[in-house]
Amino acid sequence: MSRYFTEEHEWVEVEGDIATVGITDYAQQQLGDVVFVDVPTEGKQFDKGDEAAVVESVKAASDVYSPVSGTIVEGNDVLADEPALVNTDPEGDGWFFKLELSDASELEGLMDEGAYKKYVAGL
Amino acid sequence: MTTDYIAEMLERIPDKLLTLDAWHRARGGRMVSFAGYQMPVQYEGVMAEHLWTRENAGLFDVSHMGQVLLTGEDPDGALETVVPGEIAKLPVNRMRYSLLLGEDGGVLDDLMITRRERDLYLVVNGACKYDDLAYMRETFPDEVVITLLDERALFALQGPKAGEALASLIPDVASLYFMQAGAFTLDDMSLWISRSGYTGEDGFEISVDCDHAAALADRLCAIDSVKPIGLGARDSLRLEAGLPLYGHDLDEDTSPIEGDLGFAISKRRRAEGGFAGAERVLGELTGGAPRKRVGLAVEGRQPVREGAELFAGDRLVGKVTSGGFAPSLGAPIAMGMVTAAHAAIGTALEAEVRGKRIAVTVAAMPFVPHRYHRPTAA
Repeated sequence: MSRYFTEEHEWVEVEGDIATVGITDYAQQQLGDVVFVDVPTEGKQFDKGDEAAVVESVKAASDVYSPVSGTIVEGNDVLADEPALVNTDPEGDGWFFKLELSDASELEGLMDEGAYKKYVAGL
Repeated sequence: MTTDYIAEMLERIPDKLLTLDAWHRARGGRMVSFAGYQMPVQYEGVMAEHLWTRENAGLFDVSHMGQVLLTGEDPDGALETVVPGEIAKLPVNRMRYSLLLGEDGGVLDDLMITRRERDLYLVVNGACKYDDLAYMRETFPDEVVITLLDERALFALQGPKAGEALASLIPDVASLYFMQAGAFTLDDMSLWISRSGYTGEDGFEISVDCDHAAALADRLCAIDSVKPIGLGARDSLRLEAGLPLYGHDLDEDTSPIEGDLGFAISKRRRAEGGFAGAERVLGELTGGAPRKRVGLAVEGRQPVREGAELFAGDRLVGKVTSGGFAPSLGAPIAMGMVTAAHAAIGTALEAEVRGKRIAVTVAAMPFVPHRYHRPTAA
């Protein structure tokens, strides 16, 4: 398993051809208290960079982009009742959606954990 | 173009720093650009700060707001030409919420007006203060002197424990009721304190010389029930309290009647008129306005934000002017401006959010009851 990161603060965990996507701890800290998450439904197709989910804090709504192209196989329905999971466990149980990769080579353009940490430190 | 050039130059002017800028940062305040200042939007988090204020006492730095003095010859008369409130008979140390009106009756700003021994003391919105000053200078006779007190900071101490907290430092403030004000001292600080605020809670606004602002904030935050609170919670608190925010729920096109602020038009002024835009405002007061500001209860958990269009079936009937999540209620709420035919409490509407329709219902405001400190009826 390997984990990748985007400049838009999404993380992608890849196992076989299934990618699990969420937002980073840095992102949830910037957002503050998450009160609503809109996750995509099974079967939806996204190209890399498409708006795939919406996360809302007390103050503002933010788009979550699909870091890679693929077809949704599962949205995290638990977030409908417990949006605060995004704050308490952003890089674990607070994941947003899983998709089946259509072009695994897109992963090569993403950052690894070390590179992401450096990127965030420079913000 | 000259105007473009000026606009471009203005955009390059950096934000001003609050007197307490370093104080906020040292306490974990996350600073954002607002009304030309770097302002603390939150410290530990909007939700926790909001709930703290509803249960304890929150200290807000609102020094970006304009504190303005009117002195000279007949400032009452001059002010009454641009606000619809009764000013002439406002007693000393009493205050009134009012509206600065343009010639067409649109609201240029909302403000608090206090009669003091030697002057009228106004508190106006930070984003409007220079426009307000320019408008008053243009409208008022030269004999009225208008002074911006930019060497004074302003704090709001709000919440059910605010009274007890402030009285532990200044026992005499306990004598103030809602919308009363007075001069007080603490140590070597001269303070102007009013029992007012914009959260729906009991509380105070405290004007202090900038040189003493940090000392006062430290004295207040040393009290167990008091914490510094950011602008984020100030916004969610005032939304729950059903209070309009200028630039969002009110603007220069909106009349006081459309803004559901008819209470701000005093009895004598209704009879006599004589204020900017009186024809439109008094006409709408008797004949009704085409639109009205309403509260909206939102179904489900998804917040409906400012700008969302409101529909009755296929018909566009208004838009959301403020919206967010209400921490005290655990649900989204909003305010909107809708056509008069759809403004009755209980009217079912839909808000469009990113192509999706969300059911909303016109609801009574405030969403959370006000808890102002008023004299109890004998």
